[in-house]
Amino acid sequence: MRAPLSWLRDLVAIPVGETGRDVATRLIRAGLEVETVETVGGGVEGPLTVGRVLEIEELAEFKKPIRWCQVELGDGVVNGIICGARNFVAGDLVVVATPGTVLPGGFEITARQTYGKVSNGMICSERELGLGEDHTGIMVLPVGSAGPGDDAAALIGIGDEVLDIAITPDRGYALSIRGIAREVAIAYGVPFEDPGMALVELPAPDADRAPQDCGTEDPTGCDLFTMRTIVGFDPGAPSPLWIQRRLVACGMRPVSLAVDVTNYVMLELGQPLHAYDMDKLRGAVRADRAVDGEPFESLDHVKRVLSTDDLVIRDDTGVIGLAGVIGGLHSEIDDATTNIALEAAHFVPEVIARAGRRHKVSSEAGRRNERGVDRDLAPYASARAAALLLEFGGGHYVGMTAVEAGAAIVTIDLPASEPGDVAGLVIPRETVVSLLEAIGCEVEGEHDLRVTPPSWRPDLTDPIDLVEEVIRLHGYDRLPSTLPAAPLGRGLTREQRMRRRVGTVLAARGLVEVLTYPFVGETELDGLLLPADDRRRRTPRLANPLSEEQPLLRGTLLPGLIAVARRNASRGATDLAVFEIGSVFLGEVGESSPPRPPVHRRPSTTEWAELNALLPHQPSEVAALFTGQAEAAGWWGAGREASWADAIEAAVVIADACGVPLEVRQGFDAPFHPGRVAELSVDGAVVGAAGELHPRVVEAHGLAPRTAALWLDLDAVMAAAPEVREAPAVGTHPLAKEDLAVVVAKEVPAAAVQRALAEGAGDLLESIRLFDVYEGSPVPEGSKSLAFALRFRAPDRTLDAAETADAREAALARAAATVGATLR
Amino acid sequence: MSGPNTSFDPKQVASLSEEAVDAMVEAAVSAIAAAGDLGELKEVRLAHAGDRSPLALANREIGALPPAAKAEAGKRVGQARGRVKAALEARQVELEAERDARVLVEEAVDVTLPVDRRPLGARHPLTTLMERVADVFLSMGYDIAEGPEVEAEWVNFDALNVPPDHPARTMQDTFFVGSAESGVVLRTQTSPIQIRAMLDRELPIYVVAPGRVFRTDELDATHTPVFHQIEGLAVDRNITMGDLRGTLDHFAAAMFGEGIRTRMRPSYFPFTEPSAEVDLECFVCRGESVGNPDRPCRTCSSEGWIEWGGCGMVNPRVLQAVGIDPLEYRGFAFGMGVERTLMFRNGVSDMRDMVEGDVRFTMAFGVEA
Repeated sequence: MRAPLSWLRDLVAIPVGETGRDVATRLIRAGLEVETVETVGGGVEGPLTVGRVLEIEELAEFKKPIRWCQVELGDGVVNGIICGARNFVAGDLVVVATPGTVLPGGFEITARQTYGKVSNGMICSERELGLGEDHTGIMVLPVGSAGPGDDAAALIGIGDEVLDIAITPDRGYALSIRGIAREVAIAYGVPFEDPGMALVELPAPDADRAPQDCGTEDPTGCDLFTMRTIVGFDPGAPSPLWIQRRLVACGMRPVSLAVDVTNYVMLELGQPLHAYDMDKLRGAVRADRAVDGEPFESLDHVKRVLSTDDLVIRDDTGVIGLAGVIGGLHSEIDDATTNIALEAAHFVPEVIARAGRRHKVSSEAGRRNERGVDRDLAPYASARAAALLLEFGGGHYVGMTAVEAGAAIVTIDLPASEPGDVAGLVIPRETVVSLLEAIGCEVEGEHDLRVTPPSWRPDLTDPIDLVEEVIRLHGYDRLPSTLPAAPLGRGLTREQRMRRRVGTVLAARGLVEVLTYPFVGETELDGLLLPADDRRRRTPRLANPLSEEQPLLRGTLLPGLIAVARRNASRGATDLAVFEIGSVFLGEVGESSPPRPPVHRRPSTTEWAELNALLPHQPSEVAALFTGQAEAAGWWGAGREASWADAIEAAVVIADACGVPLEVRQGFDAPFHPGRVAELSVDGAVVGAAGELHPRVVEAHGLAPRTAALWLDLDAVMAAAPEVREAPAVGTHPLAKEDLAVVVAKEVPAAAVQRALAEGAGDLLESIRLFDVYEGSPVPEGSKSLAFALRFRAPDRTLDAAETADAREAALARAAATVGATLR
Repeated sequence: MSGPNTSFDPKQVASLSEEAVDAMVEAAVSAIAAAGDLGELKEVRLAHAGDRSPLALANREIGALPPAAKAEAGKRVGQARGRVKAALEARQVELEAERDARVLVEEAVDVTLPVDRRPLGARHPLTTLMERVADVFLSMGYDIAEGPEVEAEWVNFDALNVPPDHPARTMQDTFFVGSAESGVVLRTQTSPIQIRAMLDRELPIYVVAPGRVFRTDELDATHTPVFHQIEGLAVDRNITMGDLRGTLDHFAAAMFGEGIRTRMRPSYFPFTEPSAEVDLECFVCRGESVGNPDRPCRTCSSEGWIEWGGCGMVNPRVLQAVGIDPLEYRGFAFGMGVERTLMFRNGVSDMRDMVEGDVRFTMAFGVEA
């Protein structure tokens, strides 16, 4: 809502000398979010003069038509001025910047040679003066609004300040100069005469004609409907300049007197009005529900199909307006309208909001009606508008028709101590009462107040609404700074600690964390070679994605990491290890009608379960991608390319960070190289995969050869984490070392050999580690040699050579039996 | 060999004379001094203190002396051997020190060689900033609460006092999941975590909730459709708005320095009432740039205050929706944008840097932003 300071000053005695910025500071303190304070025509320096165009000579010899104008500037001065605009005729009043005047942007007007003439000044458009965006032509002032030589700057409001205020949804009353002026008055502690409560006197209705009839068929959607009728109106009468200037300052475009007056009164008082061409109406105009499938063409030329949810305005011909939101094309006033029916009504906000949303219409009327308009205002506002129409457009007032369903009066019980209790300070009863009265409430009672909010504050329904008003006007800066006594906390949960630790451990190993968007598209999933039935394809779909390319929520973090790797590579960083910890989304979200429990009580266990059943499975995963060099080449020697092993190692480290042993098996999983991927499991359940990406995936995404990746279901890993880790028995007796090289068939996994050796070696084995793999002569073709370092120790004695040898033999025997190992 | 001296040979042994012993010592000491390295000293030790050394041989002769002379000769030889031993030890120490010094010089390396074979990686500054905030509240006794990113519309809106047709629903541009009628959305705020916390936990409740939220904004320098908030909630008997203010003041001081204050401006959020915007006193200029064109402040644009987040007292209707009696309990809640906080705190000028995953950006923050 844009509010010119001059308009506010019409309604409130703001102390002299207070600037727009001063007023803004007060309003911000009271909770109106003033975003900017602009000066009308800011940057204009020097005089602007009203000129009358005497003569126009068309210069046709140039690329575009140019006019050579003789403009009378008062006191007999006539300047010749070149002008490119064509929206004026001889006799029009225009705004002239004479040589010496500076226009916004530091543009100084000089007498200059152009198009073969000496142009002595400039005829200005709104945009050139910084008044608005209209540059369809120069400004033409209404006939009779001024004379040549008058100071145009004052006439068009140059120097006035405009406050642009973002109005929150609860403060519908502030979508009017009236509402803002009331806040200004409270902020300055000065009296406020409410223009919305003074009924403008109109001439006695013309008894010869009947006013336009009106009604409401749906008092639950429209509880007040009024219609004032004016006949014999002059459709050619212009809007007075001051109305036009204020509309422009508020960001609206002047159209015609009738439209401008309805807009002006809406801005001033907050009541949306609609002017019909009475001659286009048939029968009574009434608020009613639409019939399913009923057609309606709105004045923005959109053909709409209505439903019984829609509240409409209709006459005997059909729907002529979407109530409170937008009027119809066929009943609209036009430049021949002489008989005007002026609608002012009160609608139920929810109905208007729903209609605006469903039909995707955002209008000035709708914005006000959906926030709740003063329920008593309609007849006052339409009287104000009718008076302006009669004053400037002539005609006869024919009278008003109205229907009203009695509105329930809301009263709120509020203990006088409550605002202070909520604030944490003492606010005396007298202060509470006077602040509530300042916003228009009627207050009764001593300690337990009974408060009747004013008609323009439909947002005040609960005691806490009144508490807020009192505390805000009392001043948030007067709140004390105290601390509540929170109970002793328990710190991070186990999962929270582990997530942090996993991130830190990966960073310590040189990986860089990224946070990618969770949106993916089918093409990306195809690019990962995911099979058609892959669970990572069955993910929730957005109804309104930002990009049609990525309508799905991710079922895997890998597409995001690949995209990050590509982006980094395109910027020159080709050696990279990145990771992400984040949610993935598995399962589709249905389109059935969802449960919607009431909100005045706690949902039942069943209701809560039903709500949660709507949601997909959302486990947190960790994924990493390794591309290019894992270790750089340097003075120490050669570098090392990242490989499948880096991915598996990182996966094991992640699980280790959670205290969970990870089982690594040869596996198969997209988007990995089928021969170079490990299936990762915990307690027998698969929780992830790690290895080299499939060469086709690598190539399609332009990644470095042998790029590797991992993913792990972090929730599953964390679920297996021990609550407490048991301390080991650290033996202090001497260590016995045995190295053992065995030959097995090539396809036997090293892990199986190691497991067999360990099982065979028994309890004396402290550790076992594979330290060499060898293939080639003299190891037979199709076999490989695996060399292990075994470490034995007894907790209570020094092992003798025979014991160690026995354990070694037992290990070998077990490996021979289970994996066919022979001693090399 | 000296056997028991029952019938001693009365002849004097010349090698045990004072002069002779002194000469042996002198010869030893000068040989020790002449030893140039540890190897030479080892030979000198063998020659002058070994079993075949003159003093060792002289020692053996003591047994042959008459009893009256034995004591004196024994003392003389013993002292002499002691002197040689001390000289050897001293020289040993000297030569070892010389050797060590030489070796250490020879082994010197250029420690300015690059050592970036496996440099430290980095955590995302948004993550570590959220952890930092969470830690402040953990220290005040709060727990960290969490909730799903795909959320029931009822939790994201209805229970937070945003009825289906309320204009506040359109304040936040919502991603609908499945269809616009499915009742499922990408959460537009971390506030639904409040609802879950109040439904799940015992009273009193003190929690902070960091999380990722979603709105249908296009990515540009100051907007991103996916961003992070951190939100706090306290529900207890007799909680006041003063408590909210004090908590924010403590939070600001912990994050931005002792004495940094907050300011509240009245505002509107459906789930709090009274509601306020929170401004943070500029921690760079502390307001000194206001009206002082000579000392402009980039952090606060010379406003003295930085818009930080929103807060308020939990709307009693929200308490009702989760079955908490608003006559018995009150609450406060506050929330701020993590991206925005990182922007002004760490001087990030373009939001895209936080989104794109360019490692140069993230690496600069290491493991704590």
